[in-house]
Amino acid sequence: MSETGIGAAVKRTEDQRFLTGAGNFVDDINLRGQSYASFVRSPHAHAKIKGINTSAAAAMPGVLAVLTGEELVADGIGPLICGWNIAGKHGVEAHNSPPHHALAVGKVNYVGDHVAVVIADTKAEADDGAEAVEVDYEVLTAVVDTATAQDNTIQIHDEAPANLCYDWEIGDAEATDAAFADAAHVTTIEVINNRLIPNAVEPRACLAEFNKGTGDWTLYVTSQNPHLHRLVISAFNQVAPEHKLRVIAPDVGGGFGSKIFIYAEEVVCTWATRKIGRPIKWTAQRSESFLSDAHGRDHVSKAELALDADGKFLGLRVNTKANLGAYLSTFATAVPTYLYATLLAGNYTTPAIYCDVQGVFTNTAPVDALRGAGRPEATYLLERAVETAARELKIDPAELRRRNYIQPDAFPYQTPVVHQYDIGDYGASLDKACEMADVAGFDARRKESEANGKRRGLGYSSYIEACGIAPSAAVGALGGGVGLYESADIRFNATGNVTVMTGTHSQGQSHQTTFAQVVSEQLGVPMENIEVVEGDTDKGPFGMGTYGSRSLVVGGSAIVKAADKIVAKGKIIAAHSLEAAEEDIEFADGIFTVKNTNKSLTIGEVAFTAYVPHNYPEGLEPGLHEQAFYDPVNFSFPAGVHICEVEVDPATGETDIVRYTAVDDFGTIINPMIVEGQIHGGIGQGVGQAMLEAAKYDENGQLVTGSYMDYTMPRADDLPSFDVGTTSTPSPLNPLGAKGCGEAGAIAAPPAVINAITDACGVAHIEMPATPEKVWQACQAAE
Amino acid sequence: MPTISMTVNGNAVSADVDVRTLLVHFIRDNIGLTGTHVGCDTSQCGACVVHVGGKSVKSCTMLAVQAEGADVATIEGLASGDEMHPMQAAFKEHHGLQCGFCTPGMVMSAIDLVNNNPGADEATIREQLDGNICRCTGYHNIVKAIQDGASRMGG
Ligand code: FES
Ligand code: FES
Repeated sequence: MSETGIGAAVKRTEDQRFLTGAGNFVDDINLRGQSYASFVRSPHAHAKIKGINTSAAAAMPGVLAVLTGEELVADGIGPLICGWNIAGKHGVEAHNSPPHHALAVGKVNYVGDHVAVVIADTKAEADDGAEAVEVDYEVLTAVVDTATAQDNTIQIHDEAPANLCYDWEIGDAEATDAAFADAAHVTTIEVINNRLIPNAVEPRACLAEFNKGTGDWTLYVTSQNPHLHRLVISAFNQVAPEHKLRVIAPDVGGGFGSKIFIYAEEVVCTWATRKIGRPIKWTAQRSESFLSDAHGRDHVSKAELALDADGKFLGLRVNTKANLGAYLSTFATAVPTYLYATLLAGNYTTPAIYCDVQGVFTNTAPVDALRGAGRPEATYLLERAVETAARELKIDPAELRRRNYIQPDAFPYQTPVVHQYDIGDYGASLDKACEMADVAGFDARRKESEANGKRRGLGYSSYIEACGIAPSAAVGALGGGVGLYESADIRFNATGNVTVMTGTHSQGQSHQTTFAQVVSEQLGVPMENIEVVEGDTDKGPFGMGTYGSRSLVVGGSAIVKAADKIVAKGKIIAAHSLEAAEEDIEFADGIFTVKNTNKSLTIGEVAFTAYVPHNYPEGLEPGLHEQAFYDPVNFSFPAGVHICEVEVDPATGETDIVRYTAVDDFGTIINPMIVEGQIHGGIGQGVGQAMLEAAKYDENGQLVTGSYMDYTMPRADDLPSFDVGTTSTPSPLNPLGAKGCGEAGAIAAPPAVINAITDACGVAHIEMPATPEKVWQACQAAE
Repeated sequence: MPTISMTVNGNAVSADVDVRTLLVHFIRDNIGLTGTHVGCDTSQCGACVVHVGGKSVKSCTMLAVQAEGADVATIEGLASGDEMHPMQAAFKEHHGLQCGFCTPGMVMSAIDLVNNNPGADEATIREQLDGNICRCTGYHNIVKAIQDGASRMGG
């Protein structure tokens, strides 16, 4: 292993700019003549718009324009879209899809819904203008509750009877019923997966400009996928043709899913900039982020697990009600279906699984993918069920898991719910985690806590995750509207340094460092001579962006493919220069050598020859610049075991995580320092979900957790330090052997924490977030 | 509009601003130093922390006029030439940042934290850091970086 190649904990090249205040985030960019947008948002969860009076606002100082949904529709701007069709039970071919205009037309459907936009010379004038817009509402009763939305007599959208978006199913109902008929024991649980608000620390922002001279638009936007933004804003919103729209996502301050989606503000600003002839900037206030960023999770589920007398899982039956919010966000429909129920086999050999999901509309903010997206919900449900079964049957929870694991020699393993797992060794992760967590010493520690009037608990979470959604054809067959390949472009410059462009986009994942390591390893070029470029549709090839832990697995593989092409062409050039046969040229560590000789050329020399092709192979194109698109053959399946140990004070309900151990199998790791950081951050969010965070609406649809004063973000003193280890079964399905690591922590942590807390309190279940109040009540109830 | 003058990173600056202008907006929009960030509207996140008279302050909680004549330091002024401040160097060494958005506020808070608690242990650092939100790192590496930064600053 070289000092900067694959496997090296190289310090990040991104850090210089972020540590010195030289980062370049959307709100840091200012254009000459820039104006500011402020959105008029609905204060009601559900209301008819009887009229909008914009005249007072239009007369305010500095106000340039006040625009409403009427103008938007008149200009032919298309609604926001959801890109994944879900076919339902009984042959229903499409989900119910009410229109979602970027500015409301006739009706508002959640608090924060966009009613109008005011554009003014300064931010303060735009805000003052927005205050002056008069909207006459007829307030309607709001539908808020996930579990009962279908039964509500109020129907939100004409297109969605019973507030149902879809009623979808997966698996074999009959086989599952038969498994239950044979069961020696059935464990039944009911769980809520609490609604979360993503809260990347950088608020969403955009800055749109239209150039009259060229007829081109430029949109700077907080995006995880600038090419997708360009595609959707062109093809569906029809604001600007794709070739005339440049989308730039500069540094992005965290996303976690929330910056995948194409939002109203971006479409409106891109449309309005041409109308008013000035650049328009919009930056969310945090309170707007709470109201209008797509939220995550919000499932209400019932699960039944059938076991035989030896504790082998026979069948799993699940019903889930999933809240999709007021409108369908960009990938909303896929999250509680194909990203959720296909993971219900977990690490286990459960032969029969059936799950049905009702996706419902409510008068709340749209719900879409958030770190893990469906997989945390599946893992939480399954690992709570397994833990509960272990307690009911008085089998050690680690032992029950081990008994049901898919064995290392069983791969590739076809589950009853779509996925074929490529490789894994779940027992190895469990063994290592138990050792690192000193499970053997737990009883002694528990006794010690009890001697001090405290309670101690241990919780396991054994998870699998599917990342790098693929291949495109399968995505299409399941209703997805996009391909899920990735692209890479490697350009040698004549002086021997390298520019690498990809369609992914980092929001903290450290692509600049990791991808440079991959290229350095493949081409033998030192890292400092490699520049990684992402986030600008005018610079890189079309790509799908960064989410679903796909960037290394899919994007990194595209880079390897492009590097292979560079080497292949380099061999032809080297063979000519060295007067040898092409088959005799070998390439290693940046040097082309004629086999069994000391005749060689560096890749830099070959690049120079390619750009100054005076003595050059006949018929070969000059230049050393290659591109690859990589469409994986399957997902990759990282897996692991997390163990949480808590100490609870029964007098106060206060819970301390005294030890948190994570062992994950990510296959080949490029940079262990960066991977550990991803795990830490994921666990932090998972612990947040388990103990602190909850988005709450009151019965009128008012968001009561609309600021950092009310929505409990994990802070440094809420979290412990983590013990992180790895096992490795490299994926045979991609050239790097990599598996995604970005979401694992957020997937694994919630059940580990809740299993530990319920173990400590001696109760069957505590709903997330397990606040001190709930834990105190549980302790009381258990006494 | 009043004219406001102060020293920022050792340079005398002044600008005519609306009285309602917050110090953070003065720094970002009037002085053009965009390293100081805005992450919330309730003074909870700490992305905007700067030093005023050597003490850490959330610059979104202070009007620019209140900083008239003050000595303000921002993230841009920490390094001397190419040499990072020991706390910046420690954040890099320990991977104490991912997206980098909370980072300027974290580093400015961390320096003041260490100045006030030179030998702080992990628990103290975690407790003292609770005015700064990071959504990316789970704080693990930030805490390690501050511990190391403290010893680098002391040595
Ligand atoms: S911007 Fe959040 S505390 Fe100042
Ligand atoms: S590094 Fe992203 S918020 Fe802290």
